[in-house]
Amino acid sequence: MKKTMTGHKAVAEAMRQIEPDVVAVYPITPQSEIAEYYAQYVADGIVHTELVPVESEHSAMSACVGAAAAGARVMTATASQGLALMIEIVYIAASMRLPIVMALANRALSGPINIHCDHSDAYLARDAGVVHIFAESAQEAYDWMIMAQRIAEHENVRLPVVVNLDGFTLTHSVQVVEPLPDEAVKKFVGEFKPAYPLLDVDNPSTWGPFAMPDYYFELKRAQQAGMEAVPEVYLQVQEEYSKLSGRPYKGFFEAYRLEDAERAIVVMGSTAGTAKVVVDELRAKGEKVGLLKVWLWRPFPKEEIVKALSHVSKVAVLDRAFSFGNMGALYLDVTSAFVHQDQRPQFVNYIYGLGGRDTTTEQLAQVFEELKTAQPGELRYIGLRE
Amino acid sequence: MKEIRWHGRGGQGAKTVSQILAQINLREGKHVQSFPEYGPERSGAPIRAYNRISDEEILIHSGVYHPDISVVVDESLLESENPTEGLKPDGTLVVNTKRSPDEVRRLTGFSGEIVCLDADKIAQEAGTGFPNVPMLGAVVAVLGSDPKLAEEELRETLSHRLPPEVVEKNLQAFRAGHAAAKGARQNA
Repeated sequence: MKKTMTGHKAVAEAMRQIEPDVVAVYPITPQSEIAEYYAQYVADGIVHTELVPVESEHSAMSACVGAAAAGARVMTATASQGLALMIEIVYIAASMRLPIVMALANRALSGPINIHCDHSDAYLARDAGVVHIFAESAQEAYDWMIMAQRIAEHENVRLPVVVNLDGFTLTHSVQVVEPLPDEAVKKFVGEFKPAYPLLDVDNPSTWGPFAMPDYYFELKRAQQAGMEAVPEVYLQVQEEYSKLSGRPYKGFFEAYRLEDAERAIVVMGSTAGTAKVVVDELRAKGEKVGLLKVWLWRPFPKEEIVKALSHVSKVAVLDRAFSFGNMGALYLDVTSAFVHQDQRPQFVNYIYGLGGRDTTTEQLAQVFEELKTAQPGELRYIGLRE
Repeated sequence: MKEIRWHGRGGQGAKTVSQILAQINLREGKHVQSFPEYGPERSGAPIRAYNRISDEEILIHSGVYHPDISVVVDESLLESENPTEGLKPDGTLVVNTKRSPDEVRRLTGFSGEIVCLDADKIAQEAGTGFPNVPMLGAVVAVLGSDPKLAEEELRETLSHRLPPEVVEKNLQAFRAGHAAAKGARQNA
């Protein structure tokens, strides 16, 4: 049944239906309501989760690591400075191959302090060894939270998965969401079978050991192997979920009117929705434009992106954060995928929407217009006063 | 697609009724969005909230700049918040005021439809004290949504958070707001 709800509520609903063993969380704008809703579910006895109300995000992720190592199914949520404070332990969670699922309500990192959306927090965790997925809408955030659980826990993956949703734009806006029945979600995620749980005292295991030059490298290589296993698992989970939900999730990204496009935008998050409106408007005027909306950012689907974009003449890659001193991180991902290709588009990088700066249909139409004449390799800005 | 902008003050419940308006329209089979504009949040400070209502799926996630309806929940914002900014010339300005539409027109220079109702008085008479629910009734009238369906949704939503007698007072405020706006439009 279709309902109106905020992005927070959509995420909290997915968590309620999954009903993890442990949620350790510390509130931070614009994630707070996720924590509040879940605390309410626990207080009301709707879920039997052990809620750990910690004193900081560093402790939140530490408690998640401890609980997951003990064999619990674990979830958390944070944003911006919260992620910055927990990042030390996020790396550790990934290195210990703990399938913790985290909603990240994307918010600009300080300074200056700001509460609104950009992707600088996600970019901070780019190399943490976690899987990154971006949602376009509250519905997608709900769906990805459920799919993330299966991807994270797959025996070949066993990695934290971060579901990114744009702070305020998605977290605080009421949209139409169609949740699945509780039973369907419970059946889909199944029972969690932890690998080598600490609490299995008959089969003692060592977690978080010291690893010097003799072993560290191999352990990191094993993490990379976990990442390499993600695409196959992701596609499998996605296919199953599409059948279950009737919502067509197919592939690592959504190719929107891209087949015969001459110019295209590549973007992650809610701005993709706004870009679809622009693509439709320009298509109605006969302009061959399209959109590639990235769902799976890490691991990055290089080969599939090359296939989807190689016929396009001009591509604008939109980054909602700086990678100071270089082009945007997504731009580097997309362009490096083409490094050995003879046939490739000309690329332009746009930085947009920092600290919650709104990105309008007019501005995105302008990007498509500018693409006609922009120099390849240019770094440009959307909606910036200079 | 209809776009609506609400001007209120923190604590008046403009955001809440914007969310309820979304629920009402979902019940009518529409696609909906409701989102507030967040600045430094404090009671009494000017706030804005927005709605999008459409027959098609709503994909756009940017702000609302050219609303079809602008709703002024607190009269003092008429002059300080420029509620007609970007308002479509054939759109509607709905104002909680004792003034006449002509006075509001002189004040704002807006050439489109102006609907005035004394939502403060309605709220006082209903015993709720909040102008947001009568203003919701007015917007439902301007949109031409089914008032019975709207009432059902309002009753259901408020029943989760308020005791039955307060819910009834709010429904009374809603009906009075709806009737006032409907009457004002017929007389215009």
